[in-house]
Amino acid sequence: MASYGSNGRRVAVMTGLRTPFAKAGTELKSLSVQDLGRAVVAELIERSNLDGKEIDTLIFGTVIPSVLAPNLAREVALLPMLPKGIPAYTVSRACASANQAITDAADQIVLGNVDVAVAGGAESLSNVPILHSRAFSDVLVSASRARTLGARIGKFSRVRPRDLVPITPAIAEPSTGETMGQSAEKMAKLNHIPREEQDQFALRSHRLAAAGTQDGRLASEMMPFYVPPAYDTVLTHDNGVRTDTSLEQLQALKPVFDKRYGSVTAGNSSPLTDGAAAVILMSAEKADALGYQPLAYIRSYAYAALDPGEQLLQAPVLAAPVALARAGLTLADIDIVEMHEAFAAQVLSNLQGFESRTWAERAGFSEPVGEVDRSRLNVMGGSIAIGHPFGATGARITTTLAHELQRRGGQFGMMTVCAAGGMGFAMILENAG
Amino acid sequence: MTLGARDVITGTALSVEVDNGIAIVTLDVPGAPVNTLNRAVVEEFGELLDRVEKDLGIRAMVLMSGKPDGFIAGADIAQFLELRSAREAELMSRAGQAMMNRVEGTRAPIVAAIHGACLGGGLETVLACAYRIGTDHPRTLLAAPEVMLGLIPGAGGTQRLPRRIGLRAALDMILTGKNVRAKKALQLGLLDEMVHPAILRDVAVDRARQLAYGGIDRERRHTGAGMADLVLEGNIVGRGVVFRKAREGVMAKTHGHMPAPLAALDAVRAGYEMGRERGFGEEARLFGEMAVTPESKELIYLFFATTALKKDNGTDTPTEPLPVNKIGILGAGFMGSGIASVAAMQGTVVRLKDADHARVGKGLKAVSEVLRERLMKKQITRRQFEDQMALVGGVVDYSGFASVDLVIEAVFEDLALKHTVLLEAEQVIPGDAIYASNTSTIPIARIAEVSHRPEQVLGMHFFSPVPRMPLLEVIVTPRTAPTATATAVAYGRTLGKHVIVVNDGPGFYTTRTLAAYLNEAGYLLDQGVTIEALDRALVDFGFPVGPITLMDEVGLDVGEKVGKVLFDAFGARLAPSQSLARVAASGRTGRKGGKGFYQYDGPGGKKGAVDESVYQLLPTGVSRMDIPATELQERCVLAFVNEAARCLEEGILRSTRDGDVGAVFGLGFPPFRGGPFRYISARGAATILRGLEEYHGRFAPRFEPAGILVEMAGGGRGLGG
Repeated sequence: MASYGSNGRRVAVMTGLRTPFAKAGTELKSLSVQDLGRAVVAELIERSNLDGKEIDTLIFGTVIPSVLAPNLAREVALLPMLPKGIPAYTVSRACASANQAITDAADQIVLGNVDVAVAGGAESLSNVPILHSRAFSDVLVSASRARTLGARIGKFSRVRPRDLVPITPAIAEPSTGETMGQSAEKMAKLNHIPREEQDQFALRSHRLAAAGTQDGRLASEMMPFYVPPAYDTVLTHDNGVRTDTSLEQLQALKPVFDKRYGSVTAGNSSPLTDGAAAVILMSAEKADALGYQPLAYIRSYAYAALDPGEQLLQAPVLAAPVALARAGLTLADIDIVEMHEAFAAQVLSNLQGFESRTWAERAGFSEPVGEVDRSRLNVMGGSIAIGHPFGATGARITTTLAHELQRRGGQFGMMTVCAAGGMGFAMILENAG
Repeated sequence: MTLGARDVITGTALSVEVDNGIAIVTLDVPGAPVNTLNRAVVEEFGELLDRVEKDLGIRAMVLMSGKPDGFIAGADIAQFLELRSAREAELMSRAGQAMMNRVEGTRAPIVAAIHGACLGGGLETVLACAYRIGTDHPRTLLAAPEVMLGLIPGAGGTQRLPRRIGLRAALDMILTGKNVRAKKALQLGLLDEMVHPAILRDVAVDRARQLAYGGIDRERRHTGAGMADLVLEGNIVGRGVVFRKAREGVMAKTHGHMPAPLAALDAVRAGYEMGRERGFGEEARLFGEMAVTPESKELIYLFFATTALKKDNGTDTPTEPLPVNKIGILGAGFMGSGIASVAAMQGTVVRLKDADHARVGKGLKAVSEVLRERLMKKQITRRQFEDQMALVGGVVDYSGFASVDLVIEAVFEDLALKHTVLLEAEQVIPGDAIYASNTSTIPIARIAEVSHRPEQVLGMHFFSPVPRMPLLEVIVTPRTAPTATATAVAYGRTLGKHVIVVNDGPGFYTTRTLAAYLNEAGYLLDQGVTIEALDRALVDFGFPVGPITLMDEVGLDVGEKVGKVLFDAFGARLAPSQSLARVAASGRTGRKGGKGFYQYDGPGGKKGAVDESVYQLLPTGVSRMDIPATELQERCVLAFVNEAARCLEEGILRSTRDGDVGAVFGLGFPPFRGGPFRYISARGAATILRGLEEYHGRFAPRFEPAGILVEMAGGGRGLGG
């Protein structure tokens, strides 16, 4: 199989940046998804000393789109330091939306259509659209069409109190009605993941993220965020990372989704988060021509999906072996692994799946991916501690993986991301250094 | 000759195209960037009207501009300089009025199709037209800026504008000269219609046809009057109130220094009290009077001086400036953030750096406040506000500095610190980037002495508050490359500043001259005059604020520090006063600290009365004496102009023009006096010299006359140019 970019169009990950991630309802709550996306891209470009004229396309991912600016990417591309002629579009693949943005951009580079792309994502879970009920919407629409004031008021007489109850978007699967947390709870049971293992994993996520923040590795991937309009709050690191948490504290939390037999708690799940992240991708030759040193090359990627009613967040198990095969590699070649942590139960289920012959066969392979060496897994923590702005996480992980490969001098890194709809993503990066 | 259906005639400035009975007249003054009305243009227009009157095939006209973004910028100001007497000026006004009466009364009604600036005589022209359409473009502005040149509208504007838009709205325009955007003009009734530029001509032709063949009544009246208009303007009592308020407003703003707004008020009033014809008479007479006032001459001089500055690249060689798209600012304090905000307004990417996040955050807040004010005033849209903010990236390191075109250092006035940041920045910025210090005092050569590329180092001295103060003083050393100078000048102009280039030296031009002036005020306090008397005297002279108020504004700590630097450099002549030294030593810092010579309602707060307790700190204590206001003015102003003359003599200044512009736009020297060098010329070098010698006798070594003044007084030659 010809590997990705073997047509002489290798895709280089040049650099990446994100806002610090903030739990919904905290420091970044007043910023819209456009504000967050524009802030991170403006800073990414200026910090990289990249001339905006070099950018050929911009692709952004988001999960809960703004009603006021449905094409988030275009609003970002209209930043004043960029030429107005950068085509931009917004993608949505649930929690893998930024990955989708990145692979779309990478594909365009491989195809030779573009040389320089900005890709990433943003999410503001503090600013989700609240909808009117269908009945009330109907009244509003018909009232707006009424010709006289009397007729207009008349339409409102049809409104019943229950019509006024607003609808807030739930993180539930439309096909099954199951919330993400319920799915994680089900996976914990199906795969027999004990509560303690989940809590241990969450603790590990916080400790490693805290260490990565303290020693500056994570901090170097973040911009300081000066929060308008007072600018006296400066967010310099993720506010969900807890340096002081303990196993006892985590164990004291009550399960949220199954109060009686459950094991998934707020402590071993990723929090609702606001934030944005982006990377700059270039064709290897363009990077060379501009005199920039890439961090990593994209070696391969794969998406997979399974029945959402089964194990909603298990599809990374199906995507990873495909990505490895496309790269011509096995897990033994991989120096570090970055897995999106939606829930500890999900990560642990995925890891179990990697070792399972049954799952390998479902993915079309005779041998399992193998056991992931925990010392190479999420070495600076993951989404449980850092936070998970749905549309942005993929770009965060790409940036961290590329940087950490450089720092460790490793050759290959793998990332996986689970996504709603029963989807999974995996990508292999190769150190460019 | 009669013009056929599709005939075209081409004159010098005017061309006419006839479209089925509608003559489309396009004004395009050859060889000029904007259309101005001079004698030749007016004559040509007169001939055109003659021809149309006789040509019964033409039923209506459209007047438009051939310039891409300007309609008529007003009268050709150069012709005002040729006026020798009030009588001559009055006749000129009469001729203008007659022309406008012809426009108004022409058989074929005229539709004004306005795109771009429509100012002064341009406004008066469209007021005489039968119908006005403006484009909804930001460049479409209407204004009566005559008072800004010490004049009044002289071609019927004082009569037609109030009749068109009402008394109060008209006075607001005529007395301030302010720009009115198309949207506002439409609300005022100044425009009949507002359209997109793409359909301006078509709509104008349609309206002309309706005026000719029916559909629009040429004699229709303005009906925009609201309740307040009727109460205040519909009767003689209400109008009396309006006129009185307007007069009070003018006096409060000008302290009676500017005769023109008062004359304009009289002309408008005459029209109301004695009818339009007598109003025209008064307008012409008062225009004549104003045209020969010294105030008008000086304001027109400044207009030409600043116009000439715009063509000066700041060097003696023809050097092209480099583009400036991204700048780094070191120091996010009041100056740094002020510079960041004006840069962002012009679309420049800014890296705003300071030592810690809290300072950077404060700087960003200051930028956002400047920009938010523009948003509130609807000068920009919300998206423009957001874009401008997005251009400013706050940093505590030098990230992103590798692609800047220019660095402006605005850190504390400390040479060692300035050396440190220069060396840090030079390690990061591109080799061809320019490094500018915003120092107000420290010689640029001293700052540049550690630089590895001193040819890229210069001074860009902005004035506080940066968004409001129109001057930029660029300081060059003998090593500064002409390209660097030209780039700093061109960029300063992009930021909307009048840019003067001066040679290096302690305090350059502005700081040094201001210091001499403030120093003398300090000596007067030492002697025992009251703070109020001193401030009042200089405000009466025409400064916007008095010297002691200014000291509080600048900061007493800053003033003291600057004073010491200049004392070290120039010796006893600029020895600091006891008063400033003692008050500064007491810990008072002026307005920013909430305590200075005056009282303030908190740090940076509103000014109150003189803080009487400050007198205990002064050499003569609480016992105060009277010195005549004329002496207070004379001593401070002579100290000012003498130091300015020294700067010219020493080659700090490149020209008297730069000295005048710098003093007026940077230091608040009264604009109607034209600047220190015009002031010397107006009073005569010999008179100035005598004054200096007298005070030198009393206060040596202060007031030692500049050599150049002695020379001029002896030779009797002027200071011009």
